[in-house]
Amino acid sequence: MKKEAITIALTGNPNSGKTTIFNNLTGTRQHVGNWPGVTVEKKMGTVIHNGHRLQVVDLPGTYSLTAYSIEEIVARRFLVDSKPDVVVDIVDASNLERNLYLATQLIELGVKLILVLNMADVAQARGHEIDADRLGILLGVPVVFTIGTKNQGMKELLDKVLEVVEDRDTVSRHIHISYGYELEKEIKKIQDVIWRDPSVGERFSTRWLAVKLLENDTAVQERVRSLGEIGEQILAQAEASRERLAEFYKDDAEMVLTDQRYGFIGGALKEVLKISAKSKLDVSRQVDLFLTNRILGFPVFIFFIWAMFQLTFTVGAYPMEWIDAGVTWLGAVVTALLPAGLLQDLLVNGIIAGVGSVIIFLPNILILFFCIAVFEDTGYLARAAFIMDRVMHIIGLHGKSFIPLLMGFGCNAPAIMATRTLESERDRLLSILINPLISCSARLPVYILLAGTFFGASAGNVIFSIYALGIALAIAMGKLFSVTLFRGDMAPFVMELPPYRAPTLKSLLIHMWDRSQIFLRKMSGVILVGSILIWVLSSFPRSPDLHRGQAVERGATSATQERVLTVAESEQPVSPSTPEDYLKNSDLNNEMARLESSLLGRLGHLIQPIFAPLGFDWRTSVAVLTGFVAKEIVVSTLGVLYAAGADVNEESDALRRSLRASGMTPLGAYTLMAFVLIYIPCLATVAVIRRETNSWKWTGFSIGYSLVLAWMVSFLIYQGGRIVGLG
Amino acid sequence: MIPLSEFREGERGVIKRLNGRGTFRKRLQEMGFIRGSEVFVEKYAPLRDPIELVIKGYHVSLRVEEAAQIMMEKLEQEQE
Repeated sequence: MKKEAITIALTGNPNSGKTTIFNNLTGTRQHVGNWPGVTVEKKMGTVIHNGHRLQVVDLPGTYSLTAYSIEEIVARRFLVDSKPDVVVDIVDASNLERNLYLATQLIELGVKLILVLNMADVAQARGHEIDADRLGILLGVPVVFTIGTKNQGMKELLDKVLEVVEDRDTVSRHIHISYGYELEKEIKKIQDVIWRDPSVGERFSTRWLAVKLLENDTAVQERVRSLGEIGEQILAQAEASRERLAEFYKDDAEMVLTDQRYGFIGGALKEVLKISAKSKLDVSRQVDLFLTNRILGFPVFIFFIWAMFQLTFTVGAYPMEWIDAGVTWLGAVVTALLPAGLLQDLLVNGIIAGVGSVIIFLPNILILFFCIAVFEDTGYLARAAFIMDRVMHIIGLHGKSFIPLLMGFGCNAPAIMATRTLESERDRLLSILINPLISCSARLPVYILLAGTFFGASAGNVIFSIYALGIALAIAMGKLFSVTLFRGDMAPFVMELPPYRAPTLKSLLIHMWDRSQIFLRKMSGVILVGSILIWVLSSFPRSPDLHRGQAVERGATSATQERVLTVAESEQPVSPSTPEDYLKNSDLNNEMARLESSLLGRLGHLIQPIFAPLGFDWRTSVAVLTGFVAKEIVVSTLGVLYAAGADVNEESDALRRSLRASGMTPLGAYTLMAFVLIYIPCLATVAVIRRETNSWKWTGFSIGYSLVLAWMVSFLIYQGGRIVGLG
Repeated sequence: MIPLSEFREGERGVIKRLNGRGTFRKRLQEMGFIRGSEVFVEKYAPLRDPIELVIKGYHVSLRVEEAAQIMMEKLEQEQE
């Protein structure tokens, strides 16, 4: 009797506690991936019970299996095609009526089903008394009580799974939900046509097929059409039946079917559910009256968001320092251990520095995701969406899209990962595409440098205007995309507002870890490759003149150095007063010359004509190129190229002086700021976009449109500014 | 019959008819908005849109434009 591996599919409504049960069952033995071709998360895990190996698949939370949303399509496809051994439907016991709707569809599908009445404690506290045995008999499905948050009922559930798989269970039987005389007559007619080809009936439940066709389900219609001749016959009969029913009921057949299912549920609940006097005080409602209050709602919301950022960036700053120190230490150790040369350079300046500059965001990401998990698991996220929906609706987005957009001010990479909280794929893609326009904290050093250098006292206003530009563009692009790319399929805002719940630490941590893990895994992939690429571009070709013993060059005023002087167009940076200064400047000039002759420098010269209309010289072009790895790198590249030293920061006076001396104008600086704001999201963000959209096409689109937009906006600013005489 | 969007906070009624088209109607129905269901208007969001409703014992929000598609019959108000 022992099967090798038993597959269990977990289904259930959103907010039914399905994820908690999944975590209870599988613990840490789970892995997260994507369903093929879509951005929906796929979670799988294994559990060993009584010597059986059970594979648990967590299907997306859905209210129904109609196949309207991508989640429903994914869930249904798995149930129909992969034929799991048992389907476990997790139901919120305190909210039976609506939750059982999905159960009626699962029953119809003819799968081996177990009904789990979760949150049994909540139901009890609310005075709901459920006769589970009777419910099981009425539905022909075994019923198990669980309290996911207290890890109760898991063993009973697994026992039941084995019983059902081995057909030892006595309750399971296949029932038909009766839809009444007229509908049953038409169902029968369609079934009769299906049975003309017995092979079709063997593959699908004919009743389910018939009902779906009456519901005008396009996915099932396609399937049936692909059957050929017999398919056409079936569809013709279904169409005739639909017409007859529409005439009889004066309404679409799918509406009547839904009514009937709820009628069936209502009838069953009359027999099994007793609601004694409601408890006097509904705590959740009281809390909500405060949190979504007309006057207090917004201030409270803003406070929570403020607190989240404070926590992320102030508390996160400490571990960031430690990681920074660790990366520096590692670099030093490798430098000491390995002989100077290509390998050492690659490891230290390529891999360790590159990956280090991204991994430093890990603490921020952990904290941000922890906060989001708290918002989500307590039920506050739904309220935030409720409050913000009116605002977000203007750009064609759902209220829930607000949080990911806001997180973008911190860092776009976790912000884009946070779009997973959005239900519709359309909202998700739209939020991902406009997210990079929200100016992240890594771009701030670039603004501080440029605005501080060229705008003096009004630097603050200038930086604010750049942020405002980003927001305005995000709104404009959101609007543009929603009326062009994503026209029409705007989902209705039917959003459940679940009762507030105290989250468990375990589920918060798993939640946080799931997402952070994705970030970590990327380090070994795209970011590593990207860092190496930039290193290669900036290190080759290795000019022997510049690298053959620096001592030689340090003494002499080499030809290279002269070239550098002319390039820098400034006498100031290289006017050594002491021997040390001279040595330092000499090193710097070598670095500068080396960069100019590197592939990256040549690339800078090569692409400079493209940027010429924006007023960029080759150095700015190179800075913009390196900024692709991480936007703050623009500052250090400018530092090297404008001969101020690689270890400059945005406060550095030397760099400011040489920038001013380079002929860059305030208009040019503003144009560069705008360009840095808009152009290509950084490497980490691109990697996340690839991961979250699960598509190179959308990733490419994101890169492409931001480049074009950046160029156009910068062009307008620069040339427009010149026309009005600002240049 | 009056549309649900014209209800005020604290009012309740019974669904008589769902207007609107395919997906939207179907989605509403699956969430329990069927003929004869009782709906209680819990509150409006701070910006007067969306609306929070209680139906079949759970809370759900709808945009005002969507609520306008639901035709209701108002019930006498209970004193709380």
